[in-house]
Amino acid sequence: MNARLKPLAEGFAVPIAVLVIWQLACTAGLVNPMVLPSPAAVAARWWAYLAPLEAYDPAHGSWFLWLFSGEMLHDAMASLYRVVVGFLVGAGLALPLGLFMGTSDVIYRHINPLMQVLRPIPPIAYIPLSILWFGLGNAPAVFLIAIGAFFPVLMNTIAGVRHVDGIYIRAARSLGASRMTIFRRVILPAATPYILSGARIGIGTAFIVVIVAEMIAVNNGLGFRILEAREYFWSDKIIAGMLTIGALGLLIDMGVSRLNNHLLRWHRGLES
Amino acid sequence: MSVQPHPIDAVTQRAVPVAPPAAPSLAAAPSHAAPHIVVTGVDKVFPVPGGEVVALKDIDLTINRGEFVCLLGPSGCGKSTLLNAIAGFSHPTRGGITVDGTKVAEPGPDRGMVFQEYALFPWMSVAQNIAFGLEIKGMGRAAIEARVAELLEMLKLTEFRDRFPKDLSGGMRQRVAIARVLALDSPVMLMDEPFGALDALTRRSLQDELLRIWAATGKTIVFVTHSIEESIYLADRIVVLTYRPGTIKRDIRVELPRPRDSASAAFNALKRDLSALVTAEQHRFEEVEMKGLTTD
Repeated sequence: MNARLKPLAEGFAVPIAVLVIWQLACTAGLVNPMVLPSPAAVAARWWAYLAPLEAYDPAHGSWFLWLFSGEMLHDAMASLYRVVVGFLVGAGLALPLGLFMGTSDVIYRHINPLMQVLRPIPPIAYIPLSILWFGLGNAPAVFLIAIGAFFPVLMNTIAGVRHVDGIYIRAARSLGASRMTIFRRVILPAATPYILSGARIGIGTAFIVVIVAEMIAVNNGLGFRILEAREYFWSDKIIAGMLTIGALGLLIDMGVSRLNNHLLRWHRGLES
Repeated sequence: MSVQPHPIDAVTQRAVPVAPPAAPSLAAAPSHAAPHIVVTGVDKVFPVPGGEVVALKDIDLTINRGEFVCLLGPSGCGKSTLLNAIAGFSHPTRGGITVDGTKVAEPGPDRGMVFQEYALFPWMSVAQNIAFGLEIKGMGRAAIEARVAELLEMLKLTEFRDRFPKDLSGGMRQRVAIARVLALDSPVMLMDEPFGALDALTRRSLQDELLRIWAATGKTIVFVTHSIEESIYLADRIVVLTYRPGTIKRDIRVELPRPRDSASAAFNALKRDLSALVTAEQHRFEEVEMKGLTTD
């Protein structure tokens, strides 16, 4: 076999075998399709979820918009929107606070104990409070996601600033840099590897939280859709929805990772 | 560009010795010319758990304008401590240091520093590293471009201008660090074991490069090293420090003509003499370290 095709074939062998056994078990009637639908049924449902709901009608706008009018893309966009807004709120608060806490020992000593108390509370535990405070809709979801993104970005920013090698600061001082210049042009860039890995963890957490938040507070999004499918016993749609969540998560992580690699092209050891 | 300490040979671009004096090679340095860096009665004491370490004691040292001075000694003799005090990174416990008559209070661009660990900003390209000090100084874009191009040329870095430090060899990185300091045209260049991490061949070629730059710019250079050979190859004057407390053991003027031949008899005679001085301090260092291990 071709040397390049071999690892590819090895990688696909097990998943294909699982799919074949799963399909055979379903066709043979060994499992209740209500509990575990066949892979073919899931694929068909996934396609139906993706495809536009109505036939193309030029009276209702462009062909391009119609192509993206399927339920799945609406849900994916709704989830993505919440992740982005929630992440921006959480990271937007964590970054400046982390920079202050990292550079000033006084601020660190005052704020760190509170952060250490709040940090171990999982974002999910804020659900009751978020509903009490924000009611239903996007607001509680954004709040929960922001909490999920806040702590990873905060902790990594503090660590990043504190781990800046003193020799860069000494070099900058001997070149005549002021405190402000050192902060902006030395401490900030030197801390970016930490900050960006915090952002990557934060986005990952935000994506977990969005699915949960959508199960309680809103009526669209990928998380809402799989919970809704359960009420109708559409197990094929639940699995199709889960696969979509996985694909979107993978896509987001790949995007963030590529952005990180670009921003950190100067950095010695790049993580994946 | 200021005073040229030595005339430059037009063909070899090397410094030509100014009438080699017949003085004995281990003579104490005569005090002449314009003092540039003056260290007066400096002590430096570091607190350590359960006591203190006297890193420097009663250091009096006058370095003249355009002089190339090596601070030589074993580990822990305080040579880097003295350099850091001149740079303004740490303050002497007692005594004072002046540069050009002004008391040293903090680091500044008039005293460029080259570190053994290069200390290049890894997120900046070669050209950006060299431009950094000029941008702080508030120089215009066009002037910075021109100055950076000139330095890239001088240190044979032109084709590496857009590389990041991680993609350069140790020798290349140290060339960039030297260019970054030269950019500011500071009258003093402080160097803390700058070639200590380089292989022998790269080291020799950078030493020659440094001598060429020194001859062309007339800077005052204070160069810390623990290599006896390196100090003889480079310096006008070698200041040997003792191990704890760090005091000046000998202040030696090197009268060998430049370019110096490390295989010559005179070079090796001086090397033997210095070796005896430094080895004695190295033995004291080892004794103290061993004692530290057994009493702890």
